[in-house]
Amino acid sequence: MILSVRDLRVSFRTEDGLVRVLDGVSFDLDAGEILGVVGESGSGKTMSLLAIMGLITDPNAVIEGSIRYKGQEIVGLSARRMQRLRGNEIAMIFQDPMTALTPVYTIGWQIAEQIRTHNRISHAAALDRVEELLAEVNFPNPREALTRYPHQLSGGMRQRAVIAMALSCDPVLLVADEPTTALDVTVQAGILDLVRKLRDTHQSAVMFVTHDMGVVSELADRVVVMYAGRIVERGSRQDVFSEPLHPYTRALLGSIPPLTGAKPHRLPAIPGSPPSLLRLPKGCAFGPRCPVRFELCDEKPPLVGGSHAAACFRVSAA
Amino acid sequence: MIYPILRRLGQMLFVMFGISVIVFLIFFATPGADPAARIAGRNATPEVLEAVRHSFGFDRPLYVQYALMMQKIFITGDLTSFVNRGWKVVPAVLDSIPVTLSLVFGAAFLWVVFSIIIGVVAAATRESWLDKLLMALGLLGISMPVYWVGEVMNLITQSRYHDTWMFSWVPPLGYKNLSDDPKGWFLTLVIPWITLAILYIGIYGRVLRAAIIESMQEDYIRTARAKGLSETRILLRHALRTSLISFVTLFGLDFGALVGGSALLTEVVFGLQGIGKLTYDALQSLDLPMIMATVLYASMFVVIANAVVDFVYILLDPRVKTS
Repeated sequence: MILSVRDLRVSFRTEDGLVRVLDGVSFDLDAGEILGVVGESGSGKTMSLLAIMGLITDPNAVIEGSIRYKGQEIVGLSARRMQRLRGNEIAMIFQDPMTALTPVYTIGWQIAEQIRTHNRISHAAALDRVEELLAEVNFPNPREALTRYPHQLSGGMRQRAVIAMALSCDPVLLVADEPTTALDVTVQAGILDLVRKLRDTHQSAVMFVTHDMGVVSELADRVVVMYAGRIVERGSRQDVFSEPLHPYTRALLGSIPPLTGAKPHRLPAIPGSPPSLLRLPKGCAFGPRCPVRFELCDEKPPLVGGSHAAACFRVSAA
Repeated sequence: MIYPILRRLGQMLFVMFGISVIVFLIFFATPGADPAARIAGRNATPEVLEAVRHSFGFDRPLYVQYALMMQKIFITGDLTSFVNRGWKVVPAVLDSIPVTLSLVFGAAFLWVVFSIIIGVVAAATRESWLDKLLMALGLLGISMPVYWVGEVMNLITQSRYHDTWMFSWVPPLGYKNLSDDPKGWFLTLVIPWITLAILYIGIYGRVLRAAIIESMQEDYIRTARAKGLSETRILLRHALRTSLISFVTLFGLDFGALVGGSALLTEVVFGLQGIGKLTYDALQSLDLPMIMATVLYASMFVVIANAVVDFVYILLDPRVKTS
């Protein structure tokens, strides 16, 4: 087991009281496995990744629960030991390639910096390695790209540079925060290939956050669906896509346009909007938008089930 | 690389030409400003006035007067003061340049080094007692007028404590040439350097702290953390580096202005015959040729300092080069 998250809770102290952005999140991730995490904005996807990276630096954040990496607890791990893991064994790909790179250094320098932080090699040797990496992420002219500054590259190129950076130390665990959202479809496909390749060649575990169900259906081995800071459904890709249990998952899948058959007049949309984390509805957070709500939903539904689990009383009652 | 430099030099010349025209017009062509009357003295007869006017060329068209003035400053260099007849203006300015440059360069060195240290330490320990102490000291430095600090410095080092072991090394006020007496040059300037630098250390330290704290919120700092870099490295190599851009902008403006005569108060307090003192005296006696020469000189330095800043930008921020 590479990663084991148990009952992870993240809250922020604000003027309006404690806001819980993650509430009891648990999941496991094995070597060579790709976990897709889906949900709307504000559902806690990014926050889970930042918690795993130890990158929640806000002094008002309260992190509880347990995150074990290869059996080692990383919640509350010392800054120095966390630094040794970050970028080396656990790497992250960020969402926005436009702002993720320091503007005043070349791509080559920035990636070499990471390699040299974790390995005792010369700058020249590190640059050679960067050139290989850039070739791996399909830079047309990797040697020349070394000397490029971020502003001289297109969005897709920058995202690939960010990915090359994340892959530079052959991470055991790669967490990716919507790495394809800012990109067009062809570039997106190339990047999904890269992620698969990393998994196949290095047996890395990948946690892939997105709000794009299409990407998940293509890439993930297992899927976690999040809503308002909680996991509402968890299971293998086949299970979740062929027999979605939670009404929210069903609604999400229902809002994907079909590729074949008659085009629907209007795509079904989920009524309402995600709840404010400050004023979560009593009981099930999806309740107010749920088409199959009933009396039991005034209580918080627990996540029940084996390999395919859902947090819904309709499912557990049936 | 050559073409932008030449273009920049062309711009500099154009700006200086504009400044010289404006200054000339203000002092020689504003209604009521009759330079001949000033030279001729208070109770001059109309005949004397006419003679002066003719001998200085004031009876000819303005553009001729301007051309004559520029010729006397830049080509023949024999422009003389209106107030002290026979006192050549250009050598006077040239003599005062090393004094001002020595003062400002030394102070600038001190303020850059110390403000970077203070800004970085305060940003690294933000909200701690050390940060608060440094920022309070910075504010104190900004609040103290430079002439007052100078006088207090003089009172301590020249008078009250001059005979103690602490300040017996301080030479009397005045300037010593670097080439004649390097040690004397250094010793006479130490106290003026510190005095002039205090204000700027305060300002720059505070500005840099704010800029670093702002950069620490950027996405690329999170990337740097995700790379596993140490906090020190993130602060120095990523946050400080990007913060230096605003620092350099400010520096260019202040440095140019100081070399151009804004160090006047410090120069007066410490008896340094620099460019500020020269301009001040010329303005007191409305010595038009001297004002003309010093203002032109000052504008030249402001323009040069700005050009240097633009070049440093290119070194600091690669985004500037392509645009």
